Amino acid sequence: MATKREVDEATQTETTGHEWDGIKELDTPMPRWWLWTFYATIVWGVIYTILFPAWPLVTGATPGLLGYSSRGTVAAEIDAAAARNAALDARLIEADLATVENDPELLRFATAGGAAVFRNNCAPCHGAGASGVVGHYPNLLDDDWLWGGTLADIQQTVSHGVRFEADADTRFSQMPAFGEMLAPEEIDALTAYVLSLSGQASDAPGDVQAGAQLFADNCSSCHGEDGTGGRDFGAPNLADGIWLYGGDAAAVHTSISDARFGIMPAFGDRLRPDEIAKVAVYVHTLGGGE
Amino acid sequence: MTQASTDSSPLFAAAEPIFPRRVQGRFRTLKWWIMGVTLAIYYITPWLRWDRGPALPDQAVLVDLPNRRFYFFFIEIWPQEFYFVAGLLIMAGLGLFLFTSALGRVWCGYTCPQTVWTDLFILVERWIEGDRNARVRLWHQKWNAEKVRKRTTKWTIWLLIAIATGGAWVFYFADAPTLLGELVTLQAPAVAYLSIGILTATTFTLGGFMREQVCIYMCPWPRIQAAMMDEQTITVAYRDWRGEPRGKGTRRRAAAEKAEAEIRAAGPRTGGTSPLLPIRDAAGQPAPAAAARAAEIEHYGDCIDCNACVNVCPTGVDIRDGQQLGCITCALCIDACNEVMAKIGKPPNLIGYLTLADGERERLGEPPVPVLRRILRPRVMLYTVLWAGIGLAMIVALMLRTDMTISADPVRNPVNVTLSDGSIRNTYELRLRNMTGYDRVFRLSAEAESPVALELQNATGLDVTVPANATLRQRIYLTSAPDSPASATPLMPVTLVAEDEGSGRTAREETVFHGRQP
Repeated sequence: MATKREVDEATQTETTGHEWDGIKELDTPMPRWWLWTFYATIVWGVIYTILFPAWPLVTGATPGLLGYSSRGTVAAEIDAAAARNAALDARLIEADLATVENDPELLRFATAGGAAVFRNNCAPCHGAGASGVVGHYPNLLDDDWLWGGTLADIQQTVSHGVRFEADADTRFSQMPAFGEMLAPEEIDALTAYVLSLSGQASDAPGDVQAGAQLFADNCSSCHGEDGTGGRDFGAPNLADGIWLYGGDAAAVHTSISDARFGIMPAFGDRLRPDEIAKVAVYVHTLGGGE
Repeated sequence: MTQASTDSSPLFAAAEPIFPRRVQGRFRTLKWWIMGVTLAIYYITPWLRWDRGPALPDQAVLVDLPNRRFYFFFIEIWPQEFYFVAGLLIMAGLGLFLFTSALGRVWCGYTCPQTVWTDLFILVERWIEGDRNARVRLWHQKWNAEKVRKRTTKWTIWLLIAIATGGAWVFYFADAPTLLGELVTLQAPAVAYLSIGILTATTFTLGGFMREQVCIYMCPWPRIQAAMMDEQTITVAYRDWRGEPRGKGTRRRAAAEKAEAEIRAAGPRTGGTSPLLPIRDAAGQPAPAAAARAAEIEHYGDCIDCNACVNVCPTGVDIRDGQQLGCITCALCIDACNEVMAKIGKPPNLIGYLTLADGERERLGEPPVPVLRRILRPRVMLYTVLWAGIGLAMIVALMLRTDMTISADPVRNPVNVTLSDGSIRNTYELRLRNMTGYDRVFRLSAEAESPVALELQNATGLDVTVPANATLRQRIYLTSAPDSPASATPLMPVTLVAEDEGSGRTAREETVFHGRQP
């Protein structure tokens, strides 16, 4: 800036020397308070980096004098929420689960919490919508229950699991694989009979009359004489429209000859009692509860 | 401060202190009234009551952030109706455009909070420290007991006004009487004290010390208005063709002219007693020296360069330099100049409201265009139509909105459930909204070609009680019999109906029922 700068005649103000289409820019001095504001932001910045986590180091950052961390904030908020919910949690554990659904406040609290527990623990198998997977995991929305659909039944199943050997109180049953015990045409006959129980038209090749006798001899002790199942053994109802492993002739044939069953882990050790109560209420309110 | 180089002006300059002088006149009176009315609206509004029934707050204007409600007298806005607020903001924006294209920076000059509060602070300052000359003296005076006393008194009153300003603000966000009780007993939420603190600090600083600096350096509006004004816009201007060349002593010249006219009327005579009166020869012609003086009298314009217009200006500009960024068109210079014009016996409005185009016409001696024609031009009309159109649309929308609605989300995971008897069940999340101040019972029903049975989750019967001023979420089930057409149809339209048992009014929602999927 060795040369003298041009001065605008009308305002007696220096120009910046920039020119666009004959229009020049005045170089008006900034107000001094603006400069002080700028210095104040610098001071603020220095103080901030001392008080709060700021400067990156090799494995972390300077912690700051106030000891603030966003994780700490989240933890504090979670603790605060837990503290707010403690009274309701205690009430839920104390309450007889069957009465929860008559208490609107407790019901709302339990279903909201149960939905979260369900998504974190149950959704991987039963699905986020609790509709299960045909051939693998039962649908929890319908009114058909292997082990019972009352709140107490559901709570028991969630706590101790199904065929989960690590839990002594687990629900347990095992269907034999009839493929090793009966002749192929006998299984065909059983298949035809089982399909007839739910009134389905089927093209299964077997003899229904022979199947009826075979059913009475081999299956009725668990599935019942009329095929409506036995919840003490987790024996499914064969006379309804719901088929865990598929309801066509081939699927039923496979189920009889190979004996299919599922395993559900016990959640008694993994969830708190209030969480089990909540998820039981949640599942019970999905539409099929008894 | 550092300088870029010796031959350059400084990068930073201290603000020149401004001591606006007191002035009287039409526009000053108008501004007092506007100041009184706007401040009264601001301070009193939160204390107005409006009965909405026991379940709703009785504050006429309330922004209820925790409950997501905005109350404005008979109107209640829910968050999903925020378009009403957006519409108001658009109207405020268009209103600014409208007023700027018609009347220039009339918002800045009369109603901007910065102008109103600065005016109030200057009023206090003048009351404590005296008018302009006394304040200039006090500014230069060394710190002594008098200066300390006056400054402390002034700052204390400013601070009280600032606290009242910040305090009034928080009353718009909570029940005012309750919050006032909490504030004085130190029970109020921390955010209330924080808001009052911040607004007190900004009011004190911006109104007391920053003043015109806010208008000139901080506010974007002066920049925008430069693009919105044109030569048809009414603004404050100096009639330089009348005032220039300016010169002092005009009052004495005017007196001389008057005396001369009287003498002329009395008949021809020679000589004169006043050095200002032209000396005439025997033929009655002005002597050469007198002719020169007369020419000088002719030569001067009406402006006597008394600086009254500059001394009263709250932003410290000289309006005689023409249109400029610092001028907020507060019109105080008009009042100040008219006072002077009256004293020296000249016609008023040497400084006045006129358009740049009018200025050109007056300069050429053409008659001025009527003010109404300046205002009623296509651009202003277009803004008015847009502004009024949005306002009308909002009023219509407000009249048409209902106080009960139903909306349904079909649950799609899974789309349906087969029950053990083979029937098909669909699940829906209902939202039932009751915008009134009392609880209402809605009876639900489903209408479809093939009947479907309706059940409520966790409830018996088909009635739901929706609390006052709330949205209720209710899960419902629609079930079709195993061999009904509904079960066989992949997608069947269904209408869900909520009927208010009190009034018999209904709200309807169209949705679909998923039968067995192919």
